[in-house]
Amino acid sequence: MAPTTPQEPGLSAVPSYEEEQSQARFDALIDQDSRVEPRDWMPEKYRKTLSRQISQHAHSEIIGMQPEANWITRAPSLKRKSILMAKVQDEAGHGLYLYSAAETLGTTRDEYNEQLLSGKAKYSSIFNYPARTWADMGAIGWLVDGAAIANQVPLCRASYGPYGRAMVRVCKEESFHQRQGFEILLSLSRGTEAQKKMAQDAINRFYEPSLMMFGPPDDQSPNSQQSMAWKIKRFSNDELRQRFVGMIAEQVKVLGLTLPDPQLHFDEEKKQWIHKDLNWDEFMAVIKGNGPANAQRLERRREAHREGAWVREAAAAYAAKQARSEVA
Amino acid sequence: MSQQSNWPLWEVFVRSSRGLSHVHAGSLHAPDQQMALRNARDLYTRRNEGVSLWVVKSSDIISSDPGEKDSFFESPQGKDYRHATYYKASEGVKHL
Repeated sequence: MAPTTPQEPGLSAVPSYEEEQSQARFDALIDQDSRVEPRDWMPEKYRKTLSRQISQHAHSEIIGMQPEANWITRAPSLKRKSILMAKVQDEAGHGLYLYSAAETLGTTRDEYNEQLLSGKAKYSSIFNYPARTWADMGAIGWLVDGAAIANQVPLCRASYGPYGRAMVRVCKEESFHQRQGFEILLSLSRGTEAQKKMAQDAINRFYEPSLMMFGPPDDQSPNSQQSMAWKIKRFSNDELRQRFVGMIAEQVKVLGLTLPDPQLHFDEEKKQWIHKDLNWDEFMAVIKGNGPANAQRLERRREAHREGAWVREAAAAYAAKQARSEVA
Repeated sequence: MSQQSNWPLWEVFVRSSRGLSHVHAGSLHAPDQQMALRNARDLYTRRNEGVSLWVVKSSDIISSDPGEKDSFFESPQGKDYRHATYYKASEGVKHL
């Protein structure tokens, strides 16, 4: 397939010879399945798309620490607390890997941070749902991290080098997250009636939001095609959703629980999973900031940033003092 | 609302085990060398990924220009004789 990258409008309507040469080199890299690196020429729209996608991803990791951090003090055993802390720490780490990758595109960390704190930036809508019970820690690990992994594994091959490398690191660490979640549900499913019910209830609440994590259906996702042409995205939203729903349909059997989707089945003729209609109006409302926990999540983030101010100031003052004594 | 921190950017290199080179792992922001090293440990070696760490201020790294790629790396081209595979006549001779 020939590269389908559209010509970016430069300062003048007619691209200069140099612009044409640069575009041709970029197209060739994409076409050869090679990687674009930070100092290479790239179309402005490619840079913007990546900058937005990687930073949204980073913000999601940072906000994603909250639902689980809230449960650390209430985790049922010391072991579970340690596991949960390791997981939340990983999420902080994933956010930092991704911010670093995003910064190579020319936007500073402070700018990205400001975009999150001001509410201008988006992050994954899944984190705007509250985590009500201990079983939610299980459902989040199994379904939310599971969907994230399905999304992220192909991103390891994204055409932008720093993004792909960050994702390799993230994916390596993410698999423990999904397993620990599944095992929380497994323990509950083998427990008392009340525990089993709690596990089922968590699955019921997280099933649909997790399917929506892959984004709108392909025919309503106009940006996907460009991202696929640029080889940032390797599979469409619906392809990934299909893959994921097929996996969890099997895994739920091991739990002895059910997915809240009676019509879910594999259509042999169409060779695809048929699942319930997803509530995209709700999805859009949550993304726009009207989800059950949007305001709370953002306020908590701002609070943490405010409360950390003195630490940042002290560290900067110490660094400045050290630098002075080195000169002296 | 967020005051600008402007902490310098540091590149992190991790030696995964004795006998291997340090390899670039990623970058981070930190106010000074010590903090950079500690943050690098927390960020890049949470699972025993390393036995040694280097942190280098990104601004201290001098890199080649990707635009000059062709001319900068041109000299080895046409010098196949630097590779053992260039020498065909001795093919099949043992231990050579």
